[in-house]
Amino acid sequence: MQTLNTTALKRPEVLNGDPFLVIDNVSKIYPTPTGPYTVLDGINLTVYEGEFICLIGHSGCGKSTLLDMVSGFRKPSEGEVRLQTKRITEPGPDRMVVFQNYSLLPWLSAFENVYLGIDSVYPNKPKAEKVAIANEHLAMVGLADAANKRPRELSGGMKQRVSIARALALRPKVLVLDEPFGALDPITREELQEELLKIWSDHQVTVLMITHDIDEALFLADRLVMMTNGPAANIGEIMNIPFPRPRNRARIMEDPEYYNLRNQALDFLYRRFAHADE
Amino acid sequence: MTVLGSRSKKSSKLGKAMPAVTKYVVPPLVAIAVILVIWQLIFSGPDANLPGPITVLQETWDPLIIDPFFDYGGTNKGLGLQILASLGRVAIGFSLAAIVGIALGILVGISPFVYRALDPLFQVLRTVPPLAWLPLSLAALQQSDPSAIFVIFITAIWPIIINTTVGVQQIPQDYRNVAKVLRLSGPKFFWKILLPSAVPYIFTGLRIGIGLSWLAIVAAEMLTGGVGIGFFIWDAYNSSRLSEIILALVYVGIVGLILDRLVAFVASKVVPEEQKG
Ligand SMILES: Nc1ncnc2c1ncn2[C@@H]1O[C@H](COP(=O)(O)OP(=O)(O)OP(=O)(O)O)[C@@H](O)[C@H]1O
Ligand SMILES: [Mg+2]
Repeated sequence: MQTLNTTALKRPEVLNGDPFLVIDNVSKIYPTPTGPYTVLDGINLTVYEGEFICLIGHSGCGKSTLLDMVSGFRKPSEGEVRLQTKRITEPGPDRMVVFQNYSLLPWLSAFENVYLGIDSVYPNKPKAEKVAIANEHLAMVGLADAANKRPRELSGGMKQRVSIARALALRPKVLVLDEPFGALDPITREELQEELLKIWSDHQVTVLMITHDIDEALFLADRLVMMTNGPAANIGEIMNIPFPRPRNRARIMEDPEYYNLRNQALDFLYRRFAHADE
Repeated sequence: MTVLGSRSKKSSKLGKAMPAVTKYVVPPLVAIAVILVIWQLIFSGPDANLPGPITVLQETWDPLIIDPFFDYGGTNKGLGLQILASLGRVAIGFSLAAIVGIALGILVGISPFVYRALDPLFQVLRTVPPLAWLPLSLAALQQSDPSAIFVIFITAIWPIIINTTVGVQQIPQDYRNVAKVLRLSGPKFFWKILLPSAVPYIFTGLRIGIGLSWLAIVAAEMLTGGVGIGFFIWDAYNSSRLSEIILALVYVGIVGLILDRLVAFVASKVVPEEQKG
């Protein structure tokens, strides 16, 4: 706690309250045949409730590793991650994950995929209520009509919608998305970005999302966390994205500030921390 | 389908010119006819060691072919009854192997420790030829029937265990992660993730297992005696009824094929559509 330099992490004025999710001096070291390999070295980040955080950085710098320590799939070698002052030790439905490859169970319908989570997390709710929650969240992502389809009958965008519905149906405190739209075509991707924003503002869930797309980050995030290159990667810079909400893609792209921020991010990624092979 | 273009057009033209019956039934019939003719030519001389096909038919027509279910007491029974007796043993031995094998395979697949402990053992034991177990089981069980069933069991169980284990181990990490983040209970994980994901592998094991069972029962029965197709063949050999052996072999082959197809059919009904390769 004492090492946290919160002053550097300016948070938007719209948000108030205590630190919600704290990444406290976290390092991750993998043992490898050639000796220990430090992927992340002393990461500090404080996220406030309801914030939308995007994470950007070159491939292999450790973004997934960092978010995996938030979702609990991996454990920090040093330091800790706390959600509402409670140390994170394992995965749980309060930090739902949306995976890049959807991770839907192929033998279950869209409805059953969503229902499985609800049934598992709220075993004591009456069945009718669980069904209603599942249907409500499928409707929320516009898939009420596709509820009985199996994943292979759904397009990539639809699959990712089911995955988002499955996550949000559990009312998570934090939504963790690892390049959720990376595999989608640009049009579907923009649609899903808009839906995600709407869901986020309706649910007031805290979002951590990895992206490779600066425009996506500028459209979605309150703050953009830019990581330096590995090994021993760190947070290089945190950019505040001040556009008012609700955001309109066309409108913010007319804002000269948009290009300032965009250039700043490009400068960070391709000049100051250019990848060796790029 | 419609966009497949020239290839699908060509094959559909071919399909019209040559219906499925002509395409898949005629060639094997021709092959069988050719083999029968060659066989007949080779063994038609007066001092041939084996009967030709015509002799086989003549010698086995009454009563073996026309009445598969006659029962003159003792082991003197129709081939239908002999095969049913063998199938009965296979049914018991194979069912036990399936139950124990799937359960063990899942256990071994779930626990890396159990895997490390038992897998080397399985790898050695599975190479033991089925009949090598027979003396041991006769000594232990004292009776021929349970011994034959044990041989089936021990023959069929290895591929079932090993394939089930692989099926459980290959459950994609993605699904395991979903289970973790949803905190799925053991039974839910079992029914919603483990079983659907492992079931194609389980059926591969079952299919190999049933084939080996049928191979083993014929051999085991030759040694243990009693009613059954294996002993029937051995008995026929001892009384030089070679035509009966040949007829029995044909039946053994057909039953083996049916067993294999039966398991494949059950698999096609049980394996989730999404899991079919
Ligand atoms: N289990 C592991 N053992 C050893 N090294 C690992 C392990 N997992 C990841 N790494 C290494 O850690 C580094 C960071 O991996 P990570 O997947 O977090 O990167 P990333 O930023 O998410 O990359 P991408 O943008 O390509 O997804 C990589 O160099 C990777 O090779
Ligand atoms: Mg990654």
